[in-house]
Amino acid sequence: MFKTNINFIGNRNIALIFSAVLSIIAIGSLAVRGLEMGIDFTGGTLIEVGYQQPADLTELRNTLNTEGFSDATVQNFGTTKDVLIRLKPHEGVSSADLSAKVLNAINKTTKEPAIVHRVEFVGPQVGDDLAEDGFLALLYSTIGILIYVAWRFEWKFSVGAIIATFHDVIITLGLFSVLGLEFDLTVLAAILALIGYSLNDTIVIYDRIREDFRLLRNKSTEEIMNSAINVTLSRTIITSLTVFLALVSLFFLGGQVIHNFSIALLFGVVFGTYSSIFIASPAVLLLGLNAEDLMVPLKDGAELMDDRP
Amino acid sequence: MQNRFPLWKNLLVLIIFVVGIIYALPNLYGDDPSVQVSSTRPDKLAQEQANQIESAIKTAGFAVKDFEFKDGLVLARLNSADDQLKVADLLRDQLGDDYNVALNLAPTTPAWLRSLGAEAMYLGLDLRGGVHFLLEVDMDAAVKQAEDRYNDDVRLALRTEKLRYQSVSKDNGFIKVKLNSADDKPAFLTLLGKDFRTLDVTEPSEQDQVWLKLSEKEVRDIKKFAVAQNMTTLRNRVNELGVAEPVIQQQGENRIVVQLPGVQDTTRAKEILGTTATLEYRLVDTEHDVQRAVEGHVPVGSRLYTDRKGAPILLDRRVIVTGDQIVDASSGVDQDGRPSVNISLNGVGAAKMGKLTQANVGKPMAVVFIEYKVETKLIDGKKVRHKQKVEKVINVATIQGVFSHRFQTTGLDSPQEARNLSLLLRAGALAAPVDIVEERTVGPSLGQDNINKGMLSFVVGFALVVLFMIGYYRLCGVIANVALAFNVVIILAVLSMLQATLTLPGIAGIILTVGMSVDANVLIFERIKEEIRNGNTPQAAIYVGFEKAFATILDSNITTLLVAVMLFGFGTGSVKGFAVTLIIGILSSMFTAITGTRMIMNWVYGNRRVEKLSI
Repeated sequence: MFKTNINFIGNRNIALIFSAVLSIIAIGSLAVRGLEMGIDFTGGTLIEVGYQQPADLTELRNTLNTEGFSDATVQNFGTTKDVLIRLKPHEGVSSADLSAKVLNAINKTTKEPAIVHRVEFVGPQVGDDLAEDGFLALLYSTIGILIYVAWRFEWKFSVGAIIATFHDVIITLGLFSVLGLEFDLTVLAAILALIGYSLNDTIVIYDRIREDFRLLRNKSTEEIMNSAINVTLSRTIITSLTVFLALVSLFFLGGQVIHNFSIALLFGVVFGTYSSIFIASPAVLLLGLNAEDLMVPLKDGAELMDDRP
Repeated sequence: MQNRFPLWKNLLVLIIFVVGIIYALPNLYGDDPSVQVSSTRPDKLAQEQANQIESAIKTAGFAVKDFEFKDGLVLARLNSADDQLKVADLLRDQLGDDYNVALNLAPTTPAWLRSLGAEAMYLGLDLRGGVHFLLEVDMDAAVKQAEDRYNDDVRLALRTEKLRYQSVSKDNGFIKVKLNSADDKPAFLTLLGKDFRTLDVTEPSEQDQVWLKLSEKEVRDIKKFAVAQNMTTLRNRVNELGVAEPVIQQQGENRIVVQLPGVQDTTRAKEILGTTATLEYRLVDTEHDVQRAVEGHVPVGSRLYTDRKGAPILLDRRVIVTGDQIVDASSGVDQDGRPSVNISLNGVGAAKMGKLTQANVGKPMAVVFIEYKVETKLIDGKKVRHKQKVEKVINVATIQGVFSHRFQTTGLDSPQEARNLSLLLRAGALAAPVDIVEERTVGPSLGQDNINKGMLSFVVGFALVVLFMIGYYRLCGVIANVALAFNVVIILAVLSMLQATLTLPGIAGIILTVGMSVDANVLIFERIKEEIRNGNTPQAAIYVGFEKAFATILDSNITTLLVAVMLFGFGTGSVKGFAVTLIIGILSSMFTAITGTRMIMNWVYGNRRVEKLSI
């Protein structure tokens, strides 16, 4: 529908500085504040209860305090009638029975008994394993992508794709760190899905760059990249929009349990789109891509030309 | 440049579409809250018993939607979850121990669909409510038990072979045998080679000693056996608990996943799964003074125990009968109305018990209740595994007469405890202690809430994407939407066929797929537009657009697929559910968005003169 001719590559420094600043803030926050790790990774107990009436959080806190659960954090979950109680792994107390003890404690003082929505207990050893598995999934995905993109394209493209993808991951993690949002298993899944999505966007542009390199031999690398980004721009934006629409629905209607999941993806999709346009191609350029890198398949390109009706 | 599909291609797409609809269909039918009754005995329920159950429910005034009796299994479908709980309680009270009453969600899939093998997706615990446990088997304990056993066996073998020894003792993973004379060593080594091939033999410099160690293979086998045996025991126990569709799976080397859909009483479930409870029968030592034993002078042939009230009692060191000789157990009440457990022994146990009671009529005998409790505690930030063997004398009774095979044990606190003990004795002991390392409980109301929210956000998300596509691409948008709907049908069908578990993150995965899978169509349509701008005819533009977009779609989807597969490989539980829907979604969207859309485009525009595309 629209045909643009924006000089993305020429003005790459603006985007690079913007991204560098954001990344530094994100990394800084991750280093200083860290991530609010959920019990999936730290181990601990989480209890979600519901009441008929809005719950008195102060009263609940006091009760838990006097009953010896001073480390419990109590907060509303979604509505004022739903309460989330979190406990760290307890020293000297058998963790499997902790939830039952906490429930007994809060039912002593409140007027109505709490309805248990969910109880999650993760032992510290399982938490370590889940964190390790998450890290491995991230690592192997990265290696797999590096190999696949290097095989289908060229190693500079695969490094560029990884830079753009990690840029999105770091900034999304930075958002979670700055806002103090809880990082649990579903958020980890969202981060991996985000990697997939961000790559998808990047690959589409790379694909076009490769194609144009073979077709337009007399143009400079910068010109080819610019035209490839511009030609695919409408697609990039439309796809981001449809994904964004689906995620908006999930964010508003999907409920508290996958709230953070939706936030990670919503934010990630915006940055995934941005990085595909502004970071992925300049990164390849900075790595020194030139026409020779894609010389070998030139014959294919010639055939493609003939193929045109 | 005809833009026509050959007949076989059209038919193939249509057949896949029809098959997809058939297998996705069962998911439209809901579930009936129902109660399932089976027999805990080897013999199945008879028609007569089924009739009694049916009339029991009806007499209590509950409306039964449908009552099925098949293969010795009763399934009563009820109108509400509330009725379901009440009927289950009613039946548990009335039927007693010989029946297993379980809550179930019975699908209402019509018979013709079921006859095609079409079934609804399996809902994860976060959607249907229930408990998920991850149990860790204590491998060190299993190995240690085996070492103890070998220690005893070696000593016994030495005795039967009349080889005299000074000591047989365990030391640092070794069983150290010290013979009386080095001359016996060759005979002992021959014995080891014959009967103890699973032990590695070391000959230290001391001539009269032989050190034995479990071979690596034997240790591996012991560990494997411990997990397998524990899984069997857990399966028995879960069946005894009365849970429909439980999941019991090994995870990794030493962990076992137990999922109990619909279970709400997690305390009982934990008690039943985690405890290693058994009984032992011993004679009471009446010859020695208990008070002196408490002061530290325990007689050689006796051991000091405490009873329920904490009072000390001296028992004979030798065990008459242990828990593994018990073949059946059921709970009941004795003639005074106290809770009791009726025990049946196997041949060996019965013979021993018969001989002993004959010789000791009038003497007191004690029942020892043994329970292993494993707790993981955090002390100074370190995980410390704390294992406790709790031994309590629950009952002391005078032997009134000779008995062997069947007898009764009383002295339990409550009917509940009697039921739990008989259940544990029936289901068998765990080969090694287990520790609950993860627990996730979802209440039934939250499960339903999650389903509703998931459905709503799916419908709204789908509608938004559909409207956007029509607004932007007009007729071509409509075509893409048909392909999108087709895609969702296929995802549901494949999930149902694989009987994959649908979780809340899984639903999120479907919603994400809805947003992402139109991408292939966007790529194709944008390419077609570009070709038209370059001066191509509409027919040529469609042809070239599809051709050129294909490689791009393939490359971009394969990288996403790669990540999804990693997520599946390393993810657990509900995250795995997300990965599954993502993988299926990516694969099926490639088919629907490319082939499905192309087919409809060909129907609409193919084989005729087209002036302008509605794109």
